[in-house]
Amino acid sequence: MEEQDKILHEVTSKEYEFGFSSDFDMDTIPKGLNEDVIRVISAKKEEPEFMLNFRLEAFRKWQKMTMPDWAYLKIPPIDFQEIIYYAAPKKKPQYESLDEIDPDLLETFNKLGIPLEEQKILSGVAVDAVIDSVSVKTTFKETLAEKGIIFCSFSEAVKEHPDLIQKYLGMSVPVTDNFFAALNSAVFSDGSFCYIPKGVKCPMELSTYFRINASGTGQFERTLIIADDDSQVSYLEGCTAPMRDENQLHAAVVEIIALDRANVKYSTVQNWYPGDKNGKGGVYNFVTKRGICRGESSKISWTQVETGSAVTWKYPSCILMGDNSVGEFNSVALTNNYQQADTGTKMIHIGKNTKSTIISKGISAGKSDNAYRGLVKVMPGASNARNFSQCDSLLLGSNCGAHTFPYIEVANKSSIIEHEATTSKIGEDQIFYCNQRGISTEDAIGMIVNGYAKEVLNKLPMEFAVEAQKLLQISLEGSVG
Amino acid sequence: MLTIKNLRASVEGKEILKGINLEIKPGEIHAIMGPNGAGKSTLGNVLSGREGYEIEEGEVTFLGEDLLDLSPEDRARKGLFLSFQYPVEIPGVPMVNFLKTSVNEHRKFKGLEPLTAGEFLKLMREKKDMLHLDSQLTNRSVNEGFSGGEKKKNEIFQMAMLEPKLAILDETDSGLDIDALRVVAEGVNALKSPEHSTIVITHYQRLLDYIVPDFVHVLYNGQIVKSAGKELALELEEKGYDWIKKELV
Ligand SMILES: Nc1ncnc2c1ncn2[C@@H]1O[C@H](COP(=O)(O)OP(=O)(O)OP(=O)(O)O)[C@@H](O)[C@H]1O
Ligand SMILES: [Mg+2]
Repeated sequence: MEEQDKILHEVTSKEYEFGFSSDFDMDTIPKGLNEDVIRVISAKKEEPEFMLNFRLEAFRKWQKMTMPDWAYLKIPPIDFQEIIYYAAPKKKPQYESLDEIDPDLLETFNKLGIPLEEQKILSGVAVDAVIDSVSVKTTFKETLAEKGIIFCSFSEAVKEHPDLIQKYLGMSVPVTDNFFAALNSAVFSDGSFCYIPKGVKCPMELSTYFRINASGTGQFERTLIIADDDSQVSYLEGCTAPMRDENQLHAAVVEIIALDRANVKYSTVQNWYPGDKNGKGGVYNFVTKRGICRGESSKISWTQVETGSAVTWKYPSCILMGDNSVGEFNSVALTNNYQQADTGTKMIHIGKNTKSTIISKGISAGKSDNAYRGLVKVMPGASNARNFSQCDSLLLGSNCGAHTFPYIEVANKSSIIEHEATTSKIGEDQIFYCNQRGISTEDAIGMIVNGYAKEVLNKLPMEFAVEAQKLLQISLEGSVG
Repeated sequence: MLTIKNLRASVEGKEILKGINLEIKPGEIHAIMGPNGAGKSTLGNVLSGREGYEIEEGEVTFLGEDLLDLSPEDRARKGLFLSFQYPVEIPGVPMVNFLKTSVNEHRKFKGLEPLTAGEFLKLMREKKDMLHLDSQLTNRSVNEGFSGGEKKKNEIFQMAMLEPKLAILDETDSGLDIDALRVVAEGVNALKSPEHSTIVITHYQRLLDYIVPDFVHVLYNGQIVKSAGKELALELEEKGYDWIKKELV
């Protein structure tokens, strides 16, 4: 534990090898957190008063809260006064060509099948003007603007669309929701904002954008997605490419609001640095993701493939308010070495005839711990609510752990709740059977794991499903035999 | 094809194979019989490279190469096939995908292009017909929920798809009904040629009526204690193993 403390301390108090720690001309403020710091953050971002008040309220509530300790995680204490809460956008290291990049990283890119030009962007190599991320963004924006879709950084939205922000910010995730959400609400730096107007079907997966920009995500990110009546959008966050970050602590908030008959699909591929084989370093990822199906017959579906981070604490949830609304949670969470994951979902049924489906596939290898934690809650007014949950665990080797904590609270007799759970193990005999048919151990594990996770991977946007498959295989390399 | 010289192997410190000598020439069929626990499956496992066995001594040459030096997958790709006494279930992996990967890995090893989906399906249909295999089985997960007999037939089906140089059939006959037994034997005989050899591990003479061996060996207590022609199987069926044990004392 002491060693862990030291590492955490080191990493939270200074920027490590990947950043430019000597380069201090950046726009930073001293470490630590108090009301003055929050005022400075808000002022630097030239925010309207309602935003400052939002932050201050969150901060005051946060001060009275303590870090949750109920997750199945072992986390050393975090000194929140040792963190720097504001830094202007950082410069990425710039290289002339891929020859200057760590060959291990390039090998991983190749295994994932990431195109060369994108590899350059992801690793900070200068690219030709044609595919420069700025120009990609511009083309994107034009197409979206034609449809009236607003898709911009959160800061930009605060300036350009304060009415929407004021109306919807904190609607899904109130500032007091939990310790990390409160912290995020107080200090969040930036993030994305997306508004789909009434009746508009977003003409593209909002994903390419994120591949290009994934390298710039911040420590306290804030995302707000609003889908107006009869609209539709598929949003992808993250990247299969391994992501290093100088910040060990990540506490993001994602809010989704779906109005009448709106349909939002939110997919995540998370591959933050998980720490080394001995469990040193790695990102601590505490995320609050929640969507409200406010409108009738609206639908929110979360799909996630979680392979990174030293610690993952994350429960993308749905509040099914509108009658006939639908919530989905599809998850593959893979842990290896000393990784820990405590992830799952909450489905809160409020409206009539609301439906939710939970498919959780945990994969544990090495000495890792992988927990599913889920709540299905049916409120008194939610007649004919239905839930189906399937929670499976797959173990590789005998030093890892899988845990399932399903909570069910039902206050309406007409509801039907079904829960199924299985635990299985990739056995030495299965691997040998494959070997005997000419299939290498690596391919055998990939085949078995992908067979197991198929149901969830199939829900990802096409281009990512294939990469996610490879990602699972790569993340398990060397874990058997 | 295969030459085993003084092979000794142990599991968890316990010696199971205590000096096996065996020579198999191209085109030959050898039957290995012997009481339970004699080491027959162990021999199959050691030859195909299963983990957990300590090779204490001996040499094995397969097609002119040191077999014990190769990884299990390379042994398979070079043409060594083991029909498992207890075929393994792999949930979530459809039989078709499994077989396609397997066939194409074998082809890659030989420097051949992978089969196209069409070619593969055609080959699969042909072999399924030959073995009267229920066509639904290939859409299911590998061996998952297969009946005992279906699992054994599935082993022979895979063998037919891969056309190995040397097949080791470990009690493929046990659990088969009479019709299935005949079909399995047909599958094995279809592969019979001057280039293909087979080791048939069995407890019953019955199978050897269909697959006629050139030699019958008795494996007892980790050693091959008797070798003869096919008439030995009949004798064993009639008299059991006691007389051999007595001969040994
Ligand atoms: N992993 C193991 N650990 C301990 N003993 C083992 C192990 N594997 C095999 N043995 C022992 O080795 C001996 C030979 O086993 P093997 O399976 O080769 O016998 P067999 O001749 O195939 O028998 P059968 O006719 O019953 O299939 C048995 O006594 C068995 O218990
Ligand atoms: Mg046996």
